[in-house]
Amino acid sequence: MNVTIFVPRDSAALALGADQVGAAIRQEAARRRIEVSIVRNGSRGMFWLEPMVEVKTAQGRMAYGPVSTGDIASLFEANFLQGGEHPLSLGLTDEMPWLAKQQRLTFARVGITDPLSLDDYLAHEGYVGLRNALKLEPGQIVQQVADSGLRGRGGAAFPTGIKWKTVLAMQAVQKYIVCNADEGDSGTFSDRMLMEGDPFALIEGMTIAGLAVGSTQGYIYVRSEYPHAIVALNDAIATAYKKDYLGNNILGSGKAFCLQVTKGAGSYVCGEETALLESLEGKRGIVRAKPPLPALRGLFGQPTAINNVVTLATVPLILARGAAYYRDYGVGRSQGTLPFQLAGNIKQGGLVETAFGITLRALLYDFGGGTASGRPIRAVQVGGPLGAYLPAAQFDTVMDYEAFAAIGAGVGHGGMVVFDDSVDMAKQARYAMEFCALESCGKCTPCRIGSTRGVEVIDRLTAGEERDKQLHLLRDLCDTMSNGSLCAMGSMTPYPVLSALNYFPEDFELKSSR
Amino acid sequence: MNLQHEIDYGTPASVSDQLLTLHIDGKEIAVPQGASLMRAAAEAGVMVPKLCATDSLEPFGSCRLCLVEIEGRRGFPASCTTPAEQGMQVRTQSPQLAALRRGVMELYISDHPLDCLTCAANGNCELQTMAGVVGLREVRYGMTGANHFDANSAVPIDASNPYFSFDPAKCIVCNRCVRACEETQGTFALTISGRGFESRVAAGQSQLFMQSECVSCGACVAVCPTATLIEKTLIEQGQAEHSAITTCAYCGVGCALKAEMQGNEVVRMVPFKHGKANEGHACVKGRFAWGYATHPDRMLKPMIRAKNTDAWREVSWDEAVAYAAGEFRRIQAKYGRDAIGGITSSRCTNEEVYLVQKLVRAAFGNNNVDTCARVCHSPTGYGLKQTLGESAGTQDFKSVELAEVILLIGANPTDGHPVFASRMKKRLRHGARLIVIDPRKIELVKSPHIQADYHLKLRPGTNVAVITAMAHVIVSEGLLAEKFIAARCEQKSFADWREFVARPANSPEATEAETGVPAAELRAAARLYATGGNAAIYYGLGVTEHSQGSTMVMGIANLAMATGNLGRAGVGVNPLRGQNNVQGSCDMGSFPHEFPGYRHVSDSATRAQFEQHWGVPLLAEPGLRIPNMMEAALDGSFKGLYCQGEDIAQSDPNTQHVTAALQAMECIVVQDIFLNETAKYAHVFLPGATFLEKDGTFTNAERRISRVRKVMEPKAGMGEWEVTMALSNALGYPMHYANPAEIMVEIAALTPTFAGVNYEKIDRLGSVQWPCNAQAPDGTPVMHVDSFVRGKGKFIITQYVPTDEKVTPKYPLLLTTGRILSQYNVGAQTRRTANVEFYSEDLLEIHPHDAEERGIKQGDWVGIESRAGRTVLHADISERVQPGVVYTTFHFPESGSNVITTDNSDWATNCPEYKVTAVQLVRVTQPSAWQQNFKKFSRQQIELLLGDA
Repeated sequence: MNVTIFVPRDSAALALGADQVGAAIRQEAARRRIEVSIVRNGSRGMFWLEPMVEVKTAQGRMAYGPVSTGDIASLFEANFLQGGEHPLSLGLTDEMPWLAKQQRLTFARVGITDPLSLDDYLAHEGYVGLRNALKLEPGQIVQQVADSGLRGRGGAAFPTGIKWKTVLAMQAVQKYIVCNADEGDSGTFSDRMLMEGDPFALIEGMTIAGLAVGSTQGYIYVRSEYPHAIVALNDAIATAYKKDYLGNNILGSGKAFCLQVTKGAGSYVCGEETALLESLEGKRGIVRAKPPLPALRGLFGQPTAINNVVTLATVPLILARGAAYYRDYGVGRSQGTLPFQLAGNIKQGGLVETAFGITLRALLYDFGGGTASGRPIRAVQVGGPLGAYLPAAQFDTVMDYEAFAAIGAGVGHGGMVVFDDSVDMAKQARYAMEFCALESCGKCTPCRIGSTRGVEVIDRLTAGEERDKQLHLLRDLCDTMSNGSLCAMGSMTPYPVLSALNYFPEDFELKSSR
Repeated sequence: MNLQHEIDYGTPASVSDQLLTLHIDGKEIAVPQGASLMRAAAEAGVMVPKLCATDSLEPFGSCRLCLVEIEGRRGFPASCTTPAEQGMQVRTQSPQLAALRRGVMELYISDHPLDCLTCAANGNCELQTMAGVVGLREVRYGMTGANHFDANSAVPIDASNPYFSFDPAKCIVCNRCVRACEETQGTFALTISGRGFESRVAAGQSQLFMQSECVSCGACVAVCPTATLIEKTLIEQGQAEHSAITTCAYCGVGCALKAEMQGNEVVRMVPFKHGKANEGHACVKGRFAWGYATHPDRMLKPMIRAKNTDAWREVSWDEAVAYAAGEFRRIQAKYGRDAIGGITSSRCTNEEVYLVQKLVRAAFGNNNVDTCARVCHSPTGYGLKQTLGESAGTQDFKSVELAEVILLIGANPTDGHPVFASRMKKRLRHGARLIVIDPRKIELVKSPHIQADYHLKLRPGTNVAVITAMAHVIVSEGLLAEKFIAARCEQKSFADWREFVARPANSPEATEAETGVPAAELRAAARLYATGGNAAIYYGLGVTEHSQGSTMVMGIANLAMATGNLGRAGVGVNPLRGQNNVQGSCDMGSFPHEFPGYRHVSDSATRAQFEQHWGVPLLAEPGLRIPNMMEAALDGSFKGLYCQGEDIAQSDPNTQHVTAALQAMECIVVQDIFLNETAKYAHVFLPGATFLEKDGTFTNAERRISRVRKVMEPKAGMGEWEVTMALSNALGYPMHYANPAEIMVEIAALTPTFAGVNYEKIDRLGSVQWPCNAQAPDGTPVMHVDSFVRGKGKFIITQYVPTDEKVTPKYPLLLTTGRILSQYNVGAQTRRTANVEFYSEDLLEIHPHDAEERGIKQGDWVGIESRAGRTVLHADISERVQPGVVYTTFHFPESGSNVITTDNSDWATNCPEYKVTAVQLVRVTQPSAWQQNFKKFSRQQIELLLGDA
């Protein structure tokens, strides 16, 4: 009897000892002379249960977690290889409510398959989209993506179909597909989980993008802090080349698409698309002025479709099941699903892919289970370090790009960082400016100097120096930054600052007087 | 005269046939498609505030002062990076914009020292101006936050460069300097280090400017909006109060410069942005190395002496001129009419050169006039006249912007013609292909963002074999431009040439052993030249200074005709002329066989015209060339020389031969601003004037005639043209011109290609390219458009004849010579400036292999011996040269570079074979005997100068 055991290879699981757990299982099985196959799958996205080990049984995959090396002997004793009961038992994975309530479209395979197995990928609807795309004219592929309602998942939510249509219309000797995998927002990890857990989905999505806009060369710009993602991508790309899913003759179609991974150099602003292109060209990662848009003059001055990981990885599904299938999820102009990421002071952190339209409250409480500290949630920062801090009064807002814009916030890349009532929001506002000062590329003046001055003004404000003057100055500075900055780094830093100031003014009072 | 300020339109002009109409603050303006909103506004007379934008650089969008509002659009787009669109309604002023701009300016000033009143840029600071424009009244952040200017934070001023200083405390990080270094100069020496608030301008790897790759072109200084990068003279003297536009007196690029003045003192020279030769760029020489004009070595008094062992005696102008005239007449009486002659200078103005040749022909009564072009581009004049019909380059500099293939032969533009090199580099960065034919790995072979497609590293002296082999490939592979040839060229000469080049002996395979150029590479390069689109040839002295210099020039013209690369923009045959007015001095009749406009003295119609105008009979026989004059002096038949602004004792080959000839003469009149090497053999010294001290015109390598304008009175009292007049009058041939403009009137009247030239027109157009006449009243940017000047283009057979200067076991290496960026020609000017900090002696470049064989290490004294002589230089071991070839420059007289060069010369024009001298090297411990004698002789001559005082 050869039992298949799943031990995640996802960074979150690795950080919690998944490699050691895997080794211990192998060792214990050997000691007991039991044959086991260990599959290193992606993560199911329930970080509080990692490392979560699954065993394939006749009833389905049974989950145990969080597993540590000290639990291995007792798991064997409890006959976990047949799904035996154990204090760490979580039951059938598919029936776990946290997962069952989700609508996993982009992440359908993540945690289920062996990320590096092309066969596994093919067995789970992989490359159906590409095969369909190969039967279509470029314009038809673009139309499908446009009809699906897919918008840029990196944060800007620009309609992907329109971007692709622009690139397709350009005449050029060489066009490029660039994947922005410089996922630097605090509290976000969906790109990483996907690249580590289902790299072929991204490769397939980019290949389809290449067919759609007439590009034969793609680059994935991955932040250097994601070494495991880089390994997984390179491994999968090598396999794809070997099996003609990449190269000069994709699946015998005579069409070409080549793909390469490039490692970033540790700059947050390189997640901004034009700075990313500069960096990819080997230059300092500073932001370019727009226009021209990258779709017109992007990488090396050529028309370039630059999209986020999740955007591109969603494309195979759209081509496999049709635009309508995807479009039927979601609300209003926010169609499809978004992999939300719960982080910070949260009891059940992890990845929740669900259709747009769910409330913030449902994510925080139904999925997240409130704070890890057990204290009330006071504020949530949605959409990364440039996102607004939202107070409890706004937790009933539905996750929808337009609804968030209406309250002066942004969904962004779908990350949320939770704070309990012990948070000092003046400190958070200061941190927003400090983060901007640390990560500003230094090109435009409002961001380059403004962020440093912002820290100084908040310091004077919280020290009670000329309070009214500093408050006025801080608001003026935020005006200058939001209206004058060259890119989102400087222009969105005022969101966390002003939301903290507006929703939590009491935190900006002189501490002694509070 | 006021201080001229040019309008800064913020972004470069766009070129398009399609005009867009839009409204800016209600004003309607039409601009070409591609123009920025900022440019459109400026053209409508609306100056949008800006700091990071300037119209010599691509828009950058960093300062955020130029934000505007566009009807129907959200936000505040930057006007510099937003293109104008049809029908746009743009507002440049609103309460929101005012607040935004003030907010940005408040941030700027919060990190800028408040020392305006004591700042060198005071009164000419864009930051100061913009603070005023946006109405900044308060810096609410205070001045005590994080900054880069207070005692604890400021990085020390970098004063390492002799001409400008870099004060990071004043830097606003607009990136203009970094962009200028990249876009304008193409050196990429500057960058921004760090990020965010710590983004700082850095030279090289955060080095001192002098230790970085910086070439001191001054482009960064020119665009700096503050006092961060600023001329040291401005720090010392203050801001100028008036200015004049003039023309650089260094190389043949002929940059237009703006001399900024306080009274009679130059404060700084800045490139003039409307100068068509340089379009607002300059180099370390023209921009900064003008201090020689007021150097204490300047000779300001006329002097005479009977023998060159006598002490000099200062005399009045009248006495000096009378003495010279008397001596010339005495010599002619004793030795004959032809025993005297004159040498004109390519550093003097057209008007001055014209007067000297007129003096020789009309007052001396012979044709013994020659010029320094004899030793540089005389083969160009000859070769292009024979093939195309005119002795000049075919294009304007701008033409390079349309070239798709650049074939660079025997020229080193980044050192010799740096401002044009920058333009060429820009074109290369934008995609033109490059073929370099040069024995040495010049900078353009590989430099930042530029790499030659082919570098044909030939053996010195084998040019003709290489160019003929390229022609062989073009003919034998069917790459000829048959239609062009049929329409534009002589069929007989073409057929003969075609038969000749097609011979197997001329194939790359057959010549490979001789030239050292791999046949496959040569074939590929020839194919690229013939088939790569617009192909332009640029060449220098590496073509002309050979025993077959003229043959090579004709080979180049053949190649261009055979591929149809003549007669339109983007193509052509372009000699890069060495000195500022070498084209002009040739145009002005400096050669013994030609009147102004390249008309032979034997042509009776032309001669009659001059005889009538000048009122004297003229000789129909050509006079002596410089080498003939030297030979005749040694024979005893040539005794008197009027040498204006040249230094043949340093610049001409085989120095010992030249100085022996000078020593043999009875009256040498030297007119120069310094006591040059030739003056050490002179009997009359007439102090000259610098280009700052007189009016006139220079003609650059693209036939562009530009004005030289007097910004100060002649320090010795007279300009050269006035002294030549006085000498002529003393000789009994009257000359009366009230000013140089009147001389130009005479030139125009007597020279068909100059018929339409006058000062009023040059002032109006800025400059004009000859031919300028009734057919081309505004001048001629590109020549030979519909037909060649000679009618049909003539192919000439270019049989390769190896030079006599061969390597032997005794002289196993070939010496070739060239230039360095910071020094100019004989160095008389640049050696008397801080440019010596960049290069203070001529070095001998030697390949590591050859050095190793001889036990020579970096910096060793190396004895260099040729058949002509021996000198000693310090070794610079470098792979820029190939094994078997050594290289040096000739900027310092004590180097004696020309002691080694030989009397070999071009068969047609006697242009010396500077580029090929067989030598042997040996490690030594002291300078050569010649050098020691030279030192002693120079010291004696200086003592003779001081003795009288």
